[in-house]
Amino acid sequence: MSNGFTPVVPGSTLGAESAAPATPKQIAHRGGAMNPSADAIRDRFPGAVVRAAVVWGETTVVVDRARAHDIIQWLHDDLAQRYDYLSDVTAVEFRDLEQPLEVVWHLRSLPFRRFLRVKVLIERGSALEVPSVWDVYRSADWLERECYDMFGIRFAGHPDLRRLLMWEQYKEGYPLRKDFPLRGRFSRSEQLRQALAANPEARYSKDELSIADAFEDLPDDMKRRLGTGERTGE
Amino acid sequence: MGLSETRSGERNPERSEGAAAGSQVELSGNEPWITTKLDQFVNWGRKNSLWPMPFGTACCAIEFMATAASKYDLARFGMERQAFSPRQADLLICAGRVPFKLAPVLRRIWQQMPQPKWCISMGACASSGGMFDNYAVVQGIDSIIPVDVYVPGCPPRPEGLLYGILMLQKKVANERMGDKTLRNEMEPDPTSQLYLAPAVIDEVSEPFGNSVHQTRSGL
Repeated sequence: MSNGFTPVVPGSTLGAESAAPATPKQIAHRGGAMNPSADAIRDRFPGAVVRAAVVWGETTVVVDRARAHDIIQWLHDDLAQRYDYLSDVTAVEFRDLEQPLEVVWHLRSLPFRRFLRVKVLIERGSALEVPSVWDVYRSADWLERECYDMFGIRFAGHPDLRRLLMWEQYKEGYPLRKDFPLRGRFSRSEQLRQALAANPEARYSKDELSIADAFEDLPDDMKRRLGTGERTGE
Repeated sequence: MGLSETRSGERNPERSEGAAAGSQVELSGNEPWITTKLDQFVNWGRKNSLWPMPFGTACCAIEFMATAASKYDLARFGMERQAFSPRQADLLICAGRVPFKLAPVLRRIWQQMPQPKWCISMGACASSGGMFDNYAVVQGIDSIIPVDVYVPGCPPRPEGLLYGILMLQKKVANERMGDKTLRNEMEPDPTSQLYLAPAVIDEVSEPFGNSVHQTRSGL
C-alpha cells in the first residue's frame, strides 16, 4: 500500500544482465537456489523463521505465528522485496494427529519475478487463529473466508469472516478437516431439509449491511428481523 | 439404452398412486370422442413445441450445448427456442450436479415454470448424485422436483439426450386431460418440509457399489 504500482521495465529491477523468463527444467526435488527473501526475513526478524526449505525449486519459509502479519506486511512494503501479489491463502491438515496444522500464504513479487511460500504452524490443542493479512492485501478477503469455511481457522482482524462456499447457516462443521466424514455429519434427509429451508433470494445479512453503513438507516422492524439472523431479499 | 421413464413419486409408495406415469394411465374408456380428439390435438402441439430451460451446472451442460448446436440440432424436435427464463419454459433440463446450496434455487425455478411443465434429469449426478457421494451434493434431484425422464450417462452423449427427449415426447403425446394426477407439483410434507418422506430420502441416498467401501473420513 505504501508505494504505487510501478510497471516492470525490462532490466529495471532485475539488472540489465538478467535473462528473459523461461520455464525452468530439471528441477531437483530438494535443494537448489533459495529465494533471497528467506535470508532477508532472517536478518530483519531474528528468530522468527522456524525453518526454510527449497522444494521443487520453490522456497518455503515457516515463520512464527505471532509475527506472521508483520513479516508479510514487510515483504509487501519493503522496496527490496515488493511482494505485491497474494495468490492464495490455504491450510493443510495432516492425517498424522501429531503434526501441526499449517496455514499457507502464496506470495508473488511481480517486479522481481519471485515466489515465496510463507507458512505458519498451529500446534494441536492451540486456538485455530492466525492474523489476517486483509489490511495488506485486499485479495485476502475471500481467500481467508474460504479457508475459514473449509478448515475453521479464524483470521484475527478480518472484517467479515463468514462462510463463503457453504451457506451461512451450515451447521455440520468444516468439510476439509480430517475428522469430517465425507458424507457429512447429518442424515441425507436432514441435510436436504436444512438446505431447502434457506431462502434462495436472500442476499443481504446484517453483517453485509453494517459494512455498507446502511444498517442504521433501515426501518426498525427490519433492523429487528435482521438482528435475529434473518436474511432478506430486499 | 436403459432410460427409465417415471414420475419420481413412484419411489414413495404413499404417493405412487397419485403420480402414475402419463403413458400408463388407464382411464375408464368411456371418454367422449371429442375430448380424446382434443387431447390428441393439444398433445401434438405440446410435444412438438417444447421450450427447454437448461439448468446447466456441470459437464452435462457441455453435452447439452452440443445437442443444441448444429450437428445434433435440437430444433428438429420443435425445441428451437431455448428459454433461459423459467416463466417462458415448459421443459426443465437439469444438466449436472446440484449442490445443497443450489437445492432451494432449483426448487424455486421449478415453481416459477407455468404448467404444463416437464423435467428431464440429465446425467448420473442429477439423477442420483453420481460419483459425488459427499457432504455437498444432492443425491438425486427427484427429492426436490418431480422428474419425468432420467437420462443416464456421465455425461450422456447427445444421442442419449435426444432419446430421452423423444421418450418425453411420447409421454406427452399420451397424456389425458381427464387424468387428475397429471400435474403433480410435489407439495412439501407439512411436518418435515421435504418433498419425499425422510426415510425414503435416506434410503435412496445410501451408498452403493464401490462407495460402500469408501473411507468415511481422513482419520
